[in-house]
Amino acid sequence: MSDYILMWIAIVAAGALAWATKYAGHVVPESWLENPRVHRIAAYVTVALLAALFAVQAVTSGTDVVLDARVAAVGVAAVLLWRRAPFIVVVFAAAAVAAGLRALGWG
Amino acid sequence: MTAMSRRDAARQQALSVSLATGAYAVSFGALSVAAGLDVWQTMALSLLVFSGGSQFAFVGVLGAGGTAAAAVATSTFLGLRNGFYGVALAPVLRPLAGWRRAWAAQVTIDESTAVALAQPADDIRARRTGFWWTGVGVFVAWNAITVVGALLGSSIGDPAQWGLDAAAAAAFLGLLWPRLATTPAQAVAAASAVIALVLTPVLPSGLPILAAALVAVAAGWRAPRAPEEVPE
Repeated sequence: MSDYILMWIAIVAAGALAWATKYAGHVVPESWLENPRVHRIAAYVTVALLAALFAVQAVTSGTDVVLDARVAAVGVAAVLLWRRAPFIVVVFAAAAVAAGLRALGWG
Repeated sequence: MTAMSRRDAARQQALSVSLATGAYAVSFGALSVAAGLDVWQTMALSLLVFSGGSQFAFVGVLGAGGTAAAAVATSTFLGLRNGFYGVALAPVLRPLAGWRRAWAAQVTIDESTAVALAQPADDIRARRTGFWWTGVGVFVAWNAITVVGALLGSSIGDPAQWGLDAAAAAAFLGLLWPRLATTPAQAVAAASAVIALVLTPVLPSGLPILAAALVAVAAGWRAPRAPEEVPE
């Protein structure tokens, strides 16, 4: 099977699972999800995965931990988030900082 | 406020949230193409997955060299919270069946849930208006602007030269930020980031991120001393 077909299968699978998760919430009896432990873990899963994705995206390259222009960029992003800047501004500013530093030959 | 003006207020909120959320689909579109997906695949992700965090995760794992299976798994785990939104929304949207319910499920996301539940609890019509207008509004804006981002992404050369890798990291930070209000949430975030980095040199790409989900299980297993410490 080609990589291209495999990618399409992955996209459709991710879509089907995303929809099934959403749909399940609308149809399961409320009592099933009332378990506080399930609630807590679900809330923490979001935080844990986003933090892990952030770390890997910010300071790794392949299988290495690498510090480059991205560190400065996410530093600026953090300051903007702290100052309550809109999401889109934060993302563009981070791109601009990294692109600028690289144009100057750093990272 | 009268019932009518409350529904107008819900519609107005829905519209501004739709535009603001739709705008950052431009970064998703560009990052997805930078991660190696084509424009059609990028559009399909926005149409089918339709949940920002899950979509960024999907392309983030692929961009970091992870397998398609790891991308699907990470995207799905990040979408679990949408299931809980459905539970919260069901009493508001009832009675709901057939295609309408299937469609309501598709547009059950952070934004539509937040706007619906931000309306007065005693005004179920305003809550429904908030849900449907935000859900459909974000769906239209998000998918339309994804195309713009994908075309933009495919017209530029090296993604790193444009700082798109840093933009992806900033996007995850932006999605994470509002969830860091409590100390336990901050601790979970810090531990997850460290575990993912420590495992990066030893596990295949994509798995260090999934391994961080175990932190969530460990953190949520025992009841907290103060119930309000658990994040939404």
